[in-house]
Amino acid sequence: MGIRKTEDVKSSQPEKSKSPLQLAMRRFLRNRLAVAGIVIIIIMVSIAVFAPLLAQHDPRQSDLINVMQKPSGENWLGTDSSGRDNFSRLVYGSQVSLLIGFFAMLFTLAIGVVLGSLSGFYGGKVDSLIMRAADLMLIFPFLLLVLTVMAILDRVTIGIFITIIALTTWPNITRILRGTFLSLREKEYIIGARSIGCSDLRIIVKHFLPNAIGPIIVNATIMMATLIIIESGLSFIGFGIPQPTPTWGNMVTEARSLRVLTQHPEAWVPPGLAILLTVLAINFIGDGLRDAFDTKSNM
Amino acid sequence: MYKYITRRVLQFIPMLFLVTVVVYGLAQAAPGDPMSGEILDPDIPAEVLEERREALGLNDPIPVQYWNWLSSVAVGDFGQSMHYTGRSVSELVTSRIMNTLYLSLFALAVTILVAIPIGIYSSKKPYSLLDYSATTFAFLGLATPNFFAALIAIYFFSFQLGWFPSQGTVSSVGLTGFEYFIDKLRHLILPGFTLGLASTAIYMRYLRTEMLEVMGSDFIRTARAKGLGPGSVLYKHTLRNALIPIITLLGFEFGTLLSGAVITEAVFNYPGLGTLFLNSIQNRDYPVIMAINLILAVTILVGNLLADIFYAIVDPRIRYD
Repeated sequence: MGIRKTEDVKSSQPEKSKSPLQLAMRRFLRNRLAVAGIVIIIIMVSIAVFAPLLAQHDPRQSDLINVMQKPSGENWLGTDSSGRDNFSRLVYGSQVSLLIGFFAMLFTLAIGVVLGSLSGFYGGKVDSLIMRAADLMLIFPFLLLVLTVMAILDRVTIGIFITIIALTTWPNITRILRGTFLSLREKEYIIGARSIGCSDLRIIVKHFLPNAIGPIIVNATIMMATLIIIESGLSFIGFGIPQPTPTWGNMVTEARSLRVLTQHPEAWVPPGLAILLTVLAINFIGDGLRDAFDTKSNM
Repeated sequence: MYKYITRRVLQFIPMLFLVTVVVYGLAQAAPGDPMSGEILDPDIPAEVLEERREALGLNDPIPVQYWNWLSSVAVGDFGQSMHYTGRSVSELVTSRIMNTLYLSLFALAVTILVAIPIGIYSSKKPYSLLDYSATTFAFLGLATPNFFAALIAIYFFSFQLGWFPSQGTVSSVGLTGFEYFIDKLRHLILPGFTLGLASTAIYMRYLRTEMLEVMGSDFIRTARAKGLGPGSVLYKHTLRNALIPIITLLGFEFGTLLSGAVITEAVFNYPGLGTLFLNSIQNRDYPVIMAINLILAVTILVGNLLADIFYAIVDPRIRYD
C-alpha cells in the first residue's frame, strides 16, 4: 500500500531530495522496537501461510475418544474438549486472526477514507451529516452494538463479521481524515489546482490524500491491533467466528471451564500469548510509524 | 461560557432523539417479533395470536409503535422480558445495574490511582528504571485482551494463591454490615483490576506525555525563574495543567469501561448488566437488549456532555463563541 503512494509524494517534490516518505522510512528502520515488531509479524504471517505444513492434524477434526489430553508426542499442546489438536488449532488460528484483523482494517479504512474525504472536502451539509452520524456511532458502546447486530442476523460468516466491524468502527479514521482535509482546504496549492480546472476527485486523490498518508497509515496500524483484540474477544464469548473454525479467541474459550483453566494451561495460554504477541508487535510498528511520520522529529 | 454550555445542552437533545431512533430501529430489524417464540407453538390458534398481536400494538404503524415505546421508556417502563416470563425489563436491569456501576467505578478508581502517580513519576524522572518499567507495563497492558488478563488473574490469584474469589459478587448470603462490604470488595478486586488494565496503561502514558509537554512551556520557565520550589512547580503548575485534558478524557472513558465490562463480567460470572446483556443476546430477548443499549448510550451521552461542560469550566483559556 505504501509503495504505490511513494511515487505520488515524490512527484510533488521538484528537486531530487529525499521524499518525506523516504525520510520517514529511514527514521522507522532506526527504531529497534518497530523493527522487532516487523520481524514478529513476518513470523506470524509465515506461520499462517505455511499452516498446512506446520500442523500435523486437521484443526477441525474432533476425536471424542481423546478429549482434553495432556501434551504428548502426537498432540504437542494436548487436545481440546472436542478432541481437536491444540497445536494445529493454534497454527491455523493465526490465519483467521490475521485475515480478519487485516481485512476488517482495510474495509474500515475504505469507509473512513471515503466519508472523511467527502466530509473534509465538501464541508457544509455533507460534513455535518457525516459528522453527526459519526458522533452517533461513537455514543453506542462498540461491543454492545456489534453484539446487537449479530443477534439480529441469523448466521455470522467471516465476511459478515468483517462488514459489521467495519460499519461500526469507521468514525475514528473518518474524523482524523476530515481534520487533515480541513487544515489543507485553504492552502494556496489547492486553490491553484482548482483554478487550473482539476476535478474534485483528482484534487482529493492527488493533493489531499498524500498529505494525510502519515496519519492514515499510523491509525490503520493501531486499528488493526484493536480489531484483532476485538475479534478475539468476540470469539472468546462465543459471538465471533463459530466453531469448528479455529481462532485464537475461541481457543481461549476452553478456559471458561474450571478444569481446563486450572489443569490444562497449555490449552489456553499459548493462544492468549499469540494474541498478545501479535498485538504487541503491531503496536510497536504503529508507534514506530507515528514517530517516523512526526515532522517534529525531522532529521 | 454559559452560551457554550447552553449550546452544548441544546445539541444533546437531538442526539438523544437519534439514539432512541437507532435503538428502536435495531429492534425492529430483528427477525420475527416479540411473539415469535409463540408462533412456533402449534397449539396456539392463529386467531388468538392475531388478537394478542393486536392487543400488544404490534399491528400499529411503526411511528405509532415507536411513540408508544418512547413514552413508556420515558417513565422507565421497558416492557416485559421475553425470556424470563413474568419479569419486567426494568426489574431485571435494576437488579444488575448497581453491580456494573460498582465494577466500572472500581476500574476507574484503579485507573486514576495507578496511572496518575506513575505518570507523574515517569515525567519527573524520564528514562529512569521506573519509567522504563511503566512503559513496558503500558505496552503489555494495551496488548493483552482483557479476557486473557482475567484468566491469568484467576489462575494465579484465585487458584494458585487463593487470595481472591473468582466468581460472582458475594460468597455467602448471611453476611451483614462491614463483613458484607469487605466480601463485596474482595469480589471486585480481580474483575476491577482486569477491567482497568487497558485504561491504566493508556492514561499513564498520556499523563507522562502531557506533563513533559507542559514542562517545556514558557510559564513553567517563568515559575522556575521567579524562584518557586520544584514541588510547587511540579504539582501546582505542571500537574494541574496536564490533568485538564486527562480528566475530560476520563469522562469518555466511562463508556469504554461499560463496554469492556461485558467481557470481563462474562469471565468472572459477575452478575452485572454485561452478563445480562450476553444472556439476552443468546436468548434473543430483544426488549432487554434494547433497554441496555439505550441505558448505556444515554449514560455515555450524558457523560460526554458533563465532560465538555467540565472542560469549559476548568480551562478558562478556551473561549467558545
